[in-house]
Amino acid sequence: MKKLLTAAVASVALATPALADDPTKIGFIYIGPVGDFGWTAGHDRARQELQDHFGDAVETSIVENVDYGADAERVMTQMALSGTDMIFAASFGYGPDVNSVAGRFPDVAFQHATGYIQEHPNVSLYDARFYEGRAVLGHIGGKMTETNTIGYIASFPIPAVVSGINSAYLHAKAVNPDVEFRIIWTYSWFDPSLEADAAETLIEQGADVIMQHTDSTAAVRVAEDAGVMAFGQASDMVDFGPTAHLSAIVDRWAPYYISRVEAFKEGEWEAQNSWLGLGDGIIEMAPWNDRIPAELQEEADELIAAISSGEYHPFTGPINRQDGTPWLADGEVAEDGALATMDFYVEGITAEFPN
Amino acid sequence: MIRLEKRKEPSQIWRIANPFLAVVLTMIAGGMMFAALGKDPVAAIRLIFFDPLFSEQFGSYSRPQLLIKTAPLILIAVGLAIGFKANIWNIGAEGQYIMGALFGAGVALAFYPIEGWYIFPLMILAGALGGFLWAMIPAILKTRFNTNEILVSLLLVYVAERILAAMALGLMRNPDQPGFPGSRDLRRYESAHNAELIANTGLHWGVVAALIAVIFAYIMMTRHMLGFHVQLAGQAPRAARFGGVSPARLVIICLGLAGALAGLAGMFEVSGPGGQVRIEFATGYGFTAIIVAFLGRLNPIGIVLAGFLLGLTYIGGELSQMMLQLPSASIQVFQGMLLFFLLALDFQTNYRIRLTQGARA
Repeated sequence: MKKLLTAAVASVALATPALADDPTKIGFIYIGPVGDFGWTAGHDRARQELQDHFGDAVETSIVENVDYGADAERVMTQMALSGTDMIFAASFGYGPDVNSVAGRFPDVAFQHATGYIQEHPNVSLYDARFYEGRAVLGHIGGKMTETNTIGYIASFPIPAVVSGINSAYLHAKAVNPDVEFRIIWTYSWFDPSLEADAAETLIEQGADVIMQHTDSTAAVRVAEDAGVMAFGQASDMVDFGPTAHLSAIVDRWAPYYISRVEAFKEGEWEAQNSWLGLGDGIIEMAPWNDRIPAELQEEADELIAAISSGEYHPFTGPINRQDGTPWLADGEVAEDGALATMDFYVEGITAEFPN
Repeated sequence: MIRLEKRKEPSQIWRIANPFLAVVLTMIAGGMMFAALGKDPVAAIRLIFFDPLFSEQFGSYSRPQLLIKTAPLILIAVGLAIGFKANIWNIGAEGQYIMGALFGAGVALAFYPIEGWYIFPLMILAGALGGFLWAMIPAILKTRFNTNEILVSLLLVYVAERILAAMALGLMRNPDQPGFPGSRDLRRYESAHNAELIANTGLHWGVVAALIAVIFAYIMMTRHMLGFHVQLAGQAPRAARFGGVSPARLVIICLGLAGALAGLAGMFEVSGPGGQVRIEFATGYGFTAIIVAFLGRLNPIGIVLAGFLLGLTYIGGELSQMMLQLPSASIQVFQGMLLFFLLALDFQTNYRIRLTQGARA
């Protein structure tokens, strides 16, 4: 907690303005393959846009399927040794590794996606408010389900995932008081066979809407075959389930990436901790499936507008914790600090919190 | 016409030559694959096999990293190879590796924040014990109920992974980092840190342990009665039984030894390069070590060479991804080719190809 707060204020400019002629070398390290059609694909999409935007002025390079820990540390060190100016580490678990390499290469600018550790002035954190998108998915899912059961494939019990489950549940519950969530944890970001098994299990348990916070398209495909509905993750996954795919939260990192590289080239890059949402365009919803009734599509559009304008916050009280103790009072809005460390379910979710 | 003939004795020359031949064939076939992907094959092969060792830019960093990546592979493979020689198939080293790490880290976290010289030795003992105990489950089930140790040890990997997740989320979670799974960083706890013994060499206690294990295994297999029993049980189980070798005792020893070594590897990793107990701590060393054991012909010295070779393809593979933008899947295919060619070539260890004139009557 203390680290998070100090992190928010830490910002020291790097004293290394890039030379005008040299292309800025930018490295990307990914937890999955660029062909996951989900999370990593989203980051690589942004990398390509970045490359197109700057042309010869930047040189991007990627290493995919890099495990957390010693492997990540080695890859980033080798990037730094090969003259990389800026490194985008695109998965939350790289935190300790990013910081350990950043300490040894103070002239390299590190951008850590969904990170939470910031121990050096050359480590910038950035994240998207996925829970805002989850609210919209929850609203649609709650209305579309006929069995009143929504299946949720979750990766790791970290705040970003937990707040997503809570947000989806609260907004499904708001439109459908009978809705229930079944949650399966895979403890992995990308494991198509495990995700497919999880989807099948959830469908057997009566779920007719599948949500996922994992990166492959497996669950959407299983849902398509089983004739139920699903939401994609991080990228538009409609090709993998034209009938099943209702929508998806689509990550749009490119504008942010371009602005950060721009700042670096101007010599104005400094560490920050940004948490952007629907209103900033860093996430958007994939086109609604035609099977969503027009009325519901309008409601969803209105919800997006209300969240984007800041008029409505997805975590607005009264909200109780799972054990019934009060968390937010009537009308109270959750603080960012509380969301960034969320480690409990809200009231009404029957699943046991993984501990 | 071409005829196959079974050799009376496996060819010793091919046994030694095949791994080297397999590397050459992998380079050729891999180079063709890289060329088909539109990359410069010579540059790719150079990045994989030579640059991690000899590049001015990367060498001074990659060489120590090679030790760090290879030590656990060797440590685990040496133990596995002894069992494999006796036809005892421990496929679950990954699980024993995890349990060793958990036991070792558990000792460290229990003592935190007390500093003391005795903590690290205790962690080593605990690490070995963790792996040993986990391997005793398939061992005792096999000796008592004749269950299949391949299945039991493999399935226990998944159990160990779940225990690891539970520990990272619960008992061993860092209380100072709310909301996030993962233990304290042992690299920041001096008494528990498996630090480099000489800075920037990659030489940590795990490397020393791997070296000792190799020497120990070599002496045991060539000079000691136990090594003879292991070989005998593998090659002529009936003769071994008549010779007074107890199969049950061998199962316990081979699985226990492999488990303890895998546990040690896990402990040295979690307290050093890995740093903390996290859900994703296990990245497949226990499985890769099986390949290392076979590539090294189940021989301790061979395993050292095979370990370095495989470690090289990992580190060089990352370099070639970074410098040439090769997809990571192509590196995995490349590593797969290595084993494929070795197994294919081993055919001529046992058979010879004969060209005969004319058709046989």
